[in-house]
Amino acid sequence: MEPYETIEYDVLVLGAGGAGLRAAISVCEAGLRCGIVCKSLLGKAHTVMAEGGAAAALGNMHEPDDWRVHFRDTILGGAYLNNPRMVEIFTKEAIDRVLELERYGAVFDRTPEGLIAQRPFGGHTYRRLNHVGDRTGLELIRTLQDKAVSLGPTVHMETTITRLLVHDGRIAGAFGYERVSGRFLLFRSRAIVVASGGWGRMYRFTSNSWESTGDGAAMALEAGADLIDMEMMQFHPTGMLWPPSMRGILVTEAVRGEGGILRNARGDRFMFDPVYMPARYQGKFAETEEEAARWLEDKANNRRPPELLPRDEVSRAIYKEVKAGRGTEHGGVYLDVSHRGAAYVRRKLPAMCDQFLHLGGVDITREPMEVYPTVHYTMGGIRVDPETCATAVSGLFAAGECAGGLHGANRLGGNSLTDILVFGKRAGDGASAYAGGAEMAAVPIGAVEDEQRILLGPLDREDGESPATLAGELQEAMQADAMIERTEEGLSRCLARILELKERSKRVRAVGPRTYNPGWHAARDIRFQLLLSEAIVRSALARKESRGAQWRTDYPSMDPEWGKRNVVVRMQNGEMSVTPVPLPEMAPHLKEIMEEAGR
Amino acid sequence: MSETVRLRIFRGDASGGEEKEYEVQTYPGMVVLDSVRQVQEQQDGSLACRWNCKAAKCGSCSAEINGVPRLMCKTRVEDVCGPTRTIRVHPIKTFPLIKDLVTDVSWNYRIAETIPPLQPPDTGGKPLVMDQADVTRAQEFRKCIECFLCQTVCHVLRDHNRKDAYYGPRYMVKLAALDMHPLDTLRRREFLRNEAGVGYCNITRCCQDVCPEEIRITDNAIIPLKERVADEYYDPVKMLIRRLTGRK
Repeated sequence: MEPYETIEYDVLVLGAGGAGLRAAISVCEAGLRCGIVCKSLLGKAHTVMAEGGAAAALGNMHEPDDWRVHFRDTILGGAYLNNPRMVEIFTKEAIDRVLELERYGAVFDRTPEGLIAQRPFGGHTYRRLNHVGDRTGLELIRTLQDKAVSLGPTVHMETTITRLLVHDGRIAGAFGYERVSGRFLLFRSRAIVVASGGWGRMYRFTSNSWESTGDGAAMALEAGADLIDMEMMQFHPTGMLWPPSMRGILVTEAVRGEGGILRNARGDRFMFDPVYMPARYQGKFAETEEEAARWLEDKANNRRPPELLPRDEVSRAIYKEVKAGRGTEHGGVYLDVSHRGAAYVRRKLPAMCDQFLHLGGVDITREPMEVYPTVHYTMGGIRVDPETCATAVSGLFAAGECAGGLHGANRLGGNSLTDILVFGKRAGDGASAYAGGAEMAAVPIGAVEDEQRILLGPLDREDGESPATLAGELQEAMQADAMIERTEEGLSRCLARILELKERSKRVRAVGPRTYNPGWHAARDIRFQLLLSEAIVRSALARKESRGAQWRTDYPSMDPEWGKRNVVVRMQNGEMSVTPVPLPEMAPHLKEIMEEAGR
Repeated sequence: MSETVRLRIFRGDASGGEEKEYEVQTYPGMVVLDSVRQVQEQQDGSLACRWNCKAAKCGSCSAEINGVPRLMCKTRVEDVCGPTRTIRVHPIKTFPLIKDLVTDVSWNYRIAETIPPLQPPDTGGKPLVMDQADVTRAQEFRKCIECFLCQTVCHVLRDHNRKDAYYGPRYMVKLAALDMHPLDTLRRREFLRNEAGVGYCNITRCCQDVCPEEIRITDNAIIPLKERVADEYYDPVKMLIRRLTGRK
């Protein structure tokens, strides 16, 4: 076995996006030794790409908003599959976390009264997204980064963890490598917080970066944690479509929040077609284009335009329009915000103006954008206790996109930036409390040896396929059969491809030295990608209904029985099992909130 | 019909290296980062480069393209390949080379740790009130994506390697963001003058020219900070008072 450096912490945080940084702040404030590991440089995590805003019912816009309305919106948006207690904690504490962020130094856009300005977004009844133009994620990550750095955790940048170490059912540490040198590192820690984000890179067209290979959730699964709702992948309705180099890059929902209109190639504003209005949203949206136009100026007396339905609904509508032959030249639909006036668009959506002008050759203050759904977010993930974010493995905690349960079958825009604040803090607190009373567990040396073999294998081989080839084939398979429209036949075909690729992934080859070698890194990543792809497809096969992001054309309606169950994925002896488990019961005081929705 | 472009990418590490040539297929809208990644995926998996968002939001993929420091994700192949259809891609020069297009920028993170953080007033937990007009000033500086392109063109850092004396434009922007934050109560003028070395900037505006976020680094951040320091330390009346009272 190759020698490695051993580093000890009380709490190790995997990931330095919003959830990881917020968790680290809590750990440092508890006076514990905190280590943060991140695959990129600090401040480059996916949070930086969030645009529209952070949802919290501050009620700054003279509308009767409070956490209860936010609760109802989130459950409705999630098609009733959310963990109700998580949503309750989330909607209440989101308010405190946003105000706390402001005390850390975040500088949000203001109302005329000098309070935080809030914008409308899909599925939110009232203006609720606290924002900074269309670069809210950057504001959030930089604020948390500065705050965390001021508290002095040790940050291991450009370091990749490939194995969580468990001894007698308790977390013992994590093993991986430093990207720059390629040397091995062993972290011993009393507790670990996984805050490693999502896994959009399994698909061909995604808004996600290379980092989103799902290592954290895959490692947690292998370590004995449960994953839930893995079939629920979010397809964001508006990704860039043209030119090809930009395919999949996000176009913020704030464009629609600021009045953006969707039209098909015939010029129809198709979201007004009643076939796209789900029963549970009947009567809550404008029914004429005139009402939608009045809403821009008078939100109290008019209803929202149907472009602001939740993302799953809008994505499906765009998909159906294009499939029915009403798509644009490049196979999408038009999104137009130019009617708001150039000055307004430039002030509210500066990054979008820049992105389209420089990279797409489109001036969005004057002409429409071409858009198509893009893989964006993972609602499913590691199953956690709502109070502490503890997983099924003692000492292992999870928060943010890699955790599941809060968003149910579909996440509302704006809910992820507050998710990472609320549950980042809870995971940090939970891990600190656990670490305070836990001994350091013994390191399972066998697992370290095994992991070294897996890591070094691709460099030792004389021949073998490139991991990029396998990743490409996986992306094609997932894009073809595990996207918006799903069937038993397509999913089965996809699963067969994944299992075949899994075999091939054991024989991939990487060339060159270990210093900063992306090909070598990809050789390990592909195994995580395949494991989670298998979990996604097996879960999608198990859920024989359509709900939220899961649209099965062979089971086209919501099934009330499936509405009472989450699909849970577990690993035992290297085998993956998929089991429906009962959804946690909604407490009576929360049921009352849902019943008020009928009035 | 598909076209191609020739990339001359620097390959090597601290011990030395050279340009290597790669030919890649182009497609509409292709940016330099796409072409470099195509080499990575199809020709040489060990080619090192940093990238994340591919949308000019994270500031990871800084490089010197035909000698000009830019973000690879925001530079279109067609705009820089010229009639010879050749592009030279090198790592940014001001920081030590690790490998290929990746440099050791850790100095910047160490500098960040030394800057005294925001000190907001205690409002007893009440929501903070700030005017948009005040907020707008600080927001310009908070657009920074930490690509370090400004650091790499700064003469003090690049030509004179005075990283011991001057924090560089990125951290002038950060200090300006704190200075102009409506809620900050901490005075950092002595820090600006001594540790951060604001006096070293000789206002060539090179940093401002390369900023992909179009932050007016010199005009809106550095010059006002210089004025703060000048006001405090070089005001003749205050200098006289200091001399008479013996206070610093």
